[in-house]
Amino acid sequence: MSNIIIMPLLIPLFTAILLVFFQKQAAVQRWIGGISVLGNIAMSAYIVHQVYLEGILTLNLSGWLAPYGIVFVSDMFAALLVLTTNIVGAACLFFAYRTIGKEKEKYYFYPFFHFLLVGVIGSFLTGDIFNLFVCFEVMLISSYALIVLGGTKRQLRESIKYILINIFSSALFVASVAYLYGTVGTLNLAHLSERVAEAGQGGMLTIISVLFLIVFGLKAGLLLFFWLPGSYSVPATAVTALFGGLLTKVGVYAIVRLFTLVFYHDQGITHVLIGGLAAVTMILGVIGAVAYKDVNRILIYNIIAGIGFIVFGVAIANTSALEGTIFYLIHDMVVKALLFLLGGTLIAVAGTEQLREMGGLIKRYPLLGWLFFVAAMALVGVPPLSGFIGKLLIVRGGLEDGWYWISGIGLASSLLMLYSMMKIFMSAFWGEEKSGVQPKVSVKGLLAPSVCLTVLVIFLGVGAEWVYPYVSMAAEVLAEPQQYIQAVLKE
Amino acid sequence: MEIMMSIATGVLFMVGTYLILSRSLLRIILGTSLITHGVHLLLLTMSRLKTGAAPLLGQEAAAYTDPLPQALILTSIVINFGVTSFFFVLAYRAYQELGTDNMEELRGGDDE
Repeated sequence: MSNIIIMPLLIPLFTAILLVFFQKQAAVQRWIGGISVLGNIAMSAYIVHQVYLEGILTLNLSGWLAPYGIVFVSDMFAALLVLTTNIVGAACLFFAYRTIGKEKEKYYFYPFFHFLLVGVIGSFLTGDIFNLFVCFEVMLISSYALIVLGGTKRQLRESIKYILINIFSSALFVASVAYLYGTVGTLNLAHLSERVAEAGQGGMLTIISVLFLIVFGLKAGLLLFFWLPGSYSVPATAVTALFGGLLTKVGVYAIVRLFTLVFYHDQGITHVLIGGLAAVTMILGVIGAVAYKDVNRILIYNIIAGIGFIVFGVAIANTSALEGTIFYLIHDMVVKALLFLLGGTLIAVAGTEQLREMGGLIKRYPLLGWLFFVAAMALVGVPPLSGFIGKLLIVRGGLEDGWYWISGIGLASSLLMLYSMMKIFMSAFWGEEKSGVQPKVSVKGLLAPSVCLTVLVIFLGVGAEWVYPYVSMAAEVLAEPQQYIQAVLKE
Repeated sequence: MEIMMSIATGVLFMVGTYLILSRSLLRIILGTSLITHGVHLLLLTMSRLKTGAAPLLGQEAAAYTDPLPQALILTSIVINFGVTSFFFVLAYRAYQELGTDNMEELRGGDDE
């Protein structure tokens, strides 16, 4: 029993509640919120260390033993994702200080921001499928508020679609939980895993697993991403960066968790299906990224391609691929947030989203240009940077298990991602300055969070030796669900 | 009894899906409510509709109905209530700002 693992959830929760009382005092909100995220980074780093020393930590709420009460589980995978979430959250929060504007600050921007973190962190830590649903809703309701905050026409129009699709997928989520409960009679993930293993994953359970795949596919933008490009192009930059870094990744996390812990018995159907979906997602994602000449759209379609790549790692499901998945997931959260922050800064200095109206910005903004270059290289996976190791491990896992076609698609999609990113870099930063470009705007304060994330991206790549033991430990638990079950049910 | 409830759930899903696919925003919201009702009925049905006392220990019955799905449904109802009220207010705001409730007119490029 260690109460410490629920702290990353409680810190933003109480911060958010506290911030509601300081509606008018933006400065107070900033100070409290800033201290809280930094404290939470320290706390979650400490938990990663504890998990590294002691193995999986669990907490039975109110002392009710595992299958009967709600249990919070912090294995290495969840602990690493919580740490990454807090880092990404902090970067977006500090970016928001300078960009979000007085109006939104007064209308509860910061409380919504922290409630979103509560939902994301709760989803990572929970060990109960209905509690996962509740955490998803906490996250989604905050995201509804953040996406529509400001109330421009575009925001209203796109948030209607976003909310509609999420209400529908949440209803499907509850329906899937109902079927699962009707079939095996439990909600605790570890207990579910045990019962599904006992019952043998027959046709009924496979159908339920596919239903869950549809639900989380809708949330994560796996093939069913039609809602994503419109919704992610309307909110403020800091919010888009937060969404791009965190929201879809929670869906990915749920897919990883369910298909490594509970539904891993009939891989011939489920995992092949996941692999196919991942391949199509990668293809459609890069097609979108290549097609547009609009900074935001290109980055959004790169999210989709990235999701396809991560989920491909889940489909392969051997140790190397799972390590790659975890590595790539962490890298992707950081690098997508970084790219959106840089993209937002780029749009702010150029005064337009259209690439053909930009040009020659490297003379005025050399730091922004080179940061963007490094981030783009990291996204694609050029060796010294963070994207490389994840991609290498996933592709190696794919080749070991004979997924040649999809591995090829993954590599080809990296090439097209590179093309789409270089398209932004070359047309925005190189060439002649366009007449429409404004006089120099100061970006020093805006770039500080991006610099921190860039350092982290470089560290994840160069310092992979230090990160690898943690990732390897996380993959071990995913590869052998028995460890998770024993830690939760204490048999 | 479960068969009857399954059919009722199926009809709710069917009508809800039909309404979601229509043009008017209010009909869409109505459709989401119906689907949510269907889901809650499904949760209740999937725990087997055995006869038993209400899950109150004071009743001292030999058999009780399953209390867990009732708690799940209660949670889901309040969540959906929150989301639906938000959706209604959003629809109202959108009607004020955009001057239409027709989904066909709410699409297109980024021009406002």
